[in-house]
Parts: sequence; structure tokens; C-alpha cells
Amino acid sequence: MTSVIPPSSGLEDLPPGAGPGAVPAPARRTGRRAVLPTWTPKLAVGLGLVVVIALFGLIGPVFAGNPDTIRNIGLTGPSGDHWLGTTQTGQDVLDQLTHATRGSLQIGLLVGVMATALSAVFGVIGGYVGGIVDEAFSLFSNVVLVIPGLPLVIVISGFVPADQRGSWTIALVLTVTGWAAAARVLRAQTLSLRNRDYVSAARVAGEKPWRVICVEILPNLLPVLASQFVFSVIAAVLSEAGLSFLGLGASNSSTLGTMLYFAQNGFALQREAWWWFVPPGAIIAAFGCGLALVNLSLDEIINPRLRRPGRRRAGRAASVTSRNDAVRSTAV
Amino acid sequence: MRYYARKLGFYLVALWAAVTLNFFIPRMMPGNPVDILMAKLQQRGGTVDPAVRRSYELLLGADHSDSLAQQYFSYLSHLLHGDLGVSVSAYPAKVSDVIGQSLPWTIVLIGMATLISFALGLALGTLVGWKRGTWLDSVIPGTTVLAAVPYFWLALILAALLSSTLQWFPLLGGYDVSLAMGWNWPFISSAIYHGILPALTIVISSVGGWLLGMRNMMVSTAAEDYMLTARAKGLRNRRIMIRYAARNAALPSVAGFATSLGFVVSGSVMTEQVFSYPGIGGRLLQAVENNDYALMQGIFLVITVAVLGANLLVDLLYGLIDPRTRASN
Repeated sequence: MTSVIPPSSGLEDLPPGAGPGAVPAPARRTGRRAVLPTWTPKLAVGLGLVVVIALFGLIGPVFAGNPDTIRNIGLTGPSGDHWLGTTQTGQDVLDQLTHATRGSLQIGLLVGVMATALSAVFGVIGGYVGGIVDEAFSLFSNVVLVIPGLPLVIVISGFVPADQRGSWTIALVLTVTGWAAAARVLRAQTLSLRNRDYVSAARVAGEKPWRVICVEILPNLLPVLASQFVFSVIAAVLSEAGLSFLGLGASNSSTLGTMLYFAQNGFALQREAWWWFVPPGAIIAAFGCGLALVNLSLDEIINPRLRRPGRRRAGRAASVTSRNDAVRSTAV
Repeated sequence: MRYYARKLGFYLVALWAAVTLNFFIPRMMPGNPVDILMAKLQQRGGTVDPAVRRSYELLLGADHSDSLAQQYFSYLSHLLHGDLGVSVSAYPAKVSDVIGQSLPWTIVLIGMATLISFALGLALGTLVGWKRGTWLDSVIPGTTVLAAVPYFWLALILAALLSSTLQWFPLLGGYDVSLAMGWNWPFISSAIYHGILPALTIVISSVGGWLLGMRNMMVSTAAEDYMLTARAKGLRNRRIMIRYAARNAALPSVAGFATSLGFVVSGSVMTEQVFSYPGIGGRLLQAVENNDYALMQGIFLVITVAVLGANLLVDLLYGLIDPRTRASN
């Protein structure tokens, strides 16, 4: 994907719409632009995938028919009437797909927001306050991290009766088992931020701790928070699909995982009904892939060394050849 | 020394947390195991009277005449004696025996597959990170796609392709059931043959993560001063890549290996479900389906202890290979 672009074109640095004749973008990216990812093909493809799938889940169900309508044309391939064929009981796969996508995205978003909030509480506050609070918080998140998540989720789901297992229960369980890794990352970042000069200055000026955290530290954590949020959405969509596939998912909502569960139990694989089991997995894969590509762009803000060397050289003034660049140009 | 004491202390706390969680989950959840079992019995036409209820309560250890603290301590003392209770679904086998039968399958299959994937990922990541800016960079989007594909879906499709359509591998099971189980060559070779496809799916789905992490660290390491020194000394490229860059870049991956073990175990549940493999993850799901609570809790505990033990081992090793971690603590 990236190999299509000549290595040192430097064009990706330009805002979208700027032609090749335009003046190269200024070297220093200041203010809000510094926290926004650069517009790269990677980011464009990623955002495109995410937006298309989100729209499909958001608007699709409005136009789709009732996904539960049973017809007497079980397991027929794609046709003009049913674009993605039908299931074993003649339900339209495309109709199901729109509702299932919506269900999966809802759970993913819900878990993403809750897990990120939880990890911010434990990671940022612990990292900033330090001392015994930090010890306790990081001990807690490390313990949650090493206890294997899926077996725990399975055991919990085993104890909750199926009729009480709604999508909120599943979202809550996935949040509780999924926030710890992000908290560790946030804590490490906060530790490196809390000793910066401007944070010390704010503290000396008598700012209250919550204000220092909200005004000085959180804005600088935004790229990390965003990337952790994206990670937890991917993880939540994948884990929810896994749980539903095992028959332990939410009983009151239809997700891509439930579709795969019914496809597996309807022997779609053995009957080679690819139109039934390929689309749900493909949507999860495409969505996760889109989010991962967005995350790669976010990573490049957090760790500038990961940026493509060609762009660095083109973006900066040629005379500023830092020590790092010297090493790298011999390395590649 | 302080480093090791700290680590040991941490894992003791984690172990205690897992054990306590295991005790409280059934007591906090809305469902009551005894009620569920009684309902099941009623569906099958069994008699439901207080005596039956009482015996179920005793069997499940859900005897609520004791106080919570008493229950907790008797649970701990049973655990210390290695007594995990009696499995309802494999009655009258003890939970520990049921676990003992299925654990080796999981350890061998998942352990081998994970090690292969880890080694392969590090080797490929070293190469891709070293040759940055060449066509090898196009591997990176590929790994993101692989990481986003749901594991069980990939496994299902590979199974449909390689065993249903092409008939290269057996679709289900861990060994040829017509063979007697034992340490003879026909049985072992059949076990290996049955294990190849599940292992392949695990390697394919997890190698991308290791590759990407290693590649990113290689890129960061390439900017270090000692790399410049190594070049200035005129060392051969290969030697710089392996002895200078890769050895240092691998450190975070080794540390990540410990935390990833939990996910590896989680993946094993899926693997064993898709391939009907006779391991511990499949057993866990069977236990959930059969409302076999003692077995469920026993398996969760064993999995957790295994993950904690492996983590401790990696952590101790890490202290050995990277002296800086010992110094900073």
C-alpha cells in the first residue's frame, strides 16, 4: 500500500487538495495541527473503511427489510432479490448484516468509551499523584492485566442466566476485563509528562491538581488516549464477536458474532454457503483494519521516529540533518 | 534481590486476587447454580423436593448456613489441599482429574504454536525493520489486516479450505480415535498430524503483532548512538543487525510476551472450540454448557495459575537479560 508512493515525494505532507505546484507545507506544525495526524494514504484508507462501515450500520437498517422474516427459499445464493443470498431459514443475509453491524458497532463504541474512561482514571490519576495511590492503582491494573480475560468472561457469562444477559451486561464485562493495558500505557505517558517544566510551573502557580490534570496533562495525552480508544473499540468488537460465536453473547441483540454463530450451527461451512459466513467476518476484519490504519497514523504522532524517513527529510529544511538522520540514511 | 522479591510479591497478590474472584463470582452473579440445576432436573422429569435441593447445595458447596467468611476460609483450605470438588458432567470424576487429562493437550499445542509465532515474528520484524524503505514495508499493512481478522473466522475459513476442500488435514479432534492413547509412534504422529492445522491458524493470526512490534523497535534502535559506533568500527552489516540492533530491540517483545500469555490462553478457547480439540478451553465451554460449576471454576483457576506462573518466569528471565530493570527498582 505504502510502496506505491515514491519514497521521497513529500506530497503526503500537503493538505488534501493542494496540488503539486503548491509551496511545501511549513516545517513546524503548531497548535491544533500538531495533534492531528498528517493526511496520508494510510489514514485516508483507514478512515474511509471506518466511515463506510459505520454508515452501513447506521443507515442500512432504515432501508433494510425485517431481518427475521422467514421465507421458503432456504440457503440460496446471491440473486437480484436477495443480494447476499439467504440463510437456512430463508432470512435475507444483507438485512441481517445491516442490523448485526449496528449491534456490533454499538457494543464496540460503548466498551471503547467506558474502557478508555476507566483506564484514564487509573492511569492518569495514578501516574500524576504518585506515591501510594500510584502503587495501588498500578498494582490493581497489573493484576487485572495478568488475569486471563476470556476465561473470566466465559465463567461470568456461565453464571449469568441467558435471559438476563443483555448487551449492557456484555459491554460491562468486556469493559471490566479490557481497560488495564491502556491504563498502563497512559500511566507511563503521564509519568513522563508530570515532570515537564510547564506542569511544574502550573503546580507552582497554585493550580489545583484536577486543573493541572485536565488543562495541562490531558490535552497532551490526547493522541495516546485516541489511540487507546481505537484499540479498545477493535478489541471489544473482536471479543464480542468471539463471545457470541461461542453462544455466550448478549441474548437481546444481534451482532456479527451471533450471525457467525448461527452460520456455524446451520452448517454453512459444510454446505459451502459462503455468502452466509464470509460477509460478517469480512466486515469485522475491514472495520478492525480501518481502525488499525487510523491507529498507525496516531502512532506516528506519538512516536515521530516511526514517520517515513522520506517525509522527514522533505518536510524539514535540508540543512537540519540531525544525528539520527545521519544514522538512518546509512541504515536504509 | 529487591527486584525478585517485588516480582514474587506481585504475583502472590495477583494469585490471591484470582482465587478470591473465583470465590465471589458465583456469589455476586444474579443466577443461582442450584436453581438452574433444579430447573434442569425438573425439565427431565426428576423429583424436586427440599431433600434433593439440599443435596445439590452440599454437592456444589453452596451451603449457605455458614457465614461468608467461614465459606471463604474453607474454600481456601480445600484449594490448598488440591481439592477442586467433583465434576457434575463427568460424575464421579474429580475436577482435578478432568483438568489433568485435558491440560497437556493445550500446553503442547498452544505452547508450541505461540513459541513458533513469537520466534517467527521477531525474525521477520528484524528483517523488515532493518530494510526500512524497501518493498518489505508493504508487509506492514498486511499485518494490520491479519490482526483485525477475527481469529475464529480465520480458523473456520482455513479449516474449510485446507481440510474440507483440499483434504490435507483432519478437520476435528486431537488424535485418531481408533488408536490407543499412549507413548507409541502411531499415536504421537497422529497427534502431531491433527495439531498442524490448529497450530497454523494460531501462528498466522498472531505473528503479525510480534512482527509489527519488533519492526517498530528496530526502527527506534537504528537511531541509537551505539549503532553509529558499531558502523564506525566497520563491523559487518549482519553482525550489527543481529548483535547490536535486534538484541536490544527484542527486549520489549520479551516483556510483551509475558502479558500476551493471557490472550494466548483466551485464543486457545476459540481454537479448541473450532477444531473440537480435547484441550482445556474446550472443556471450559463444555462445563459452561452443562452447568458444571465446579469444573468451570477449577479450569479458570488452573488457567490463571498457569498464566501467572508463566508470567513470573518471563519476568525473572527478563531481569536476567536486562540488568536495567533490576537497577531501577
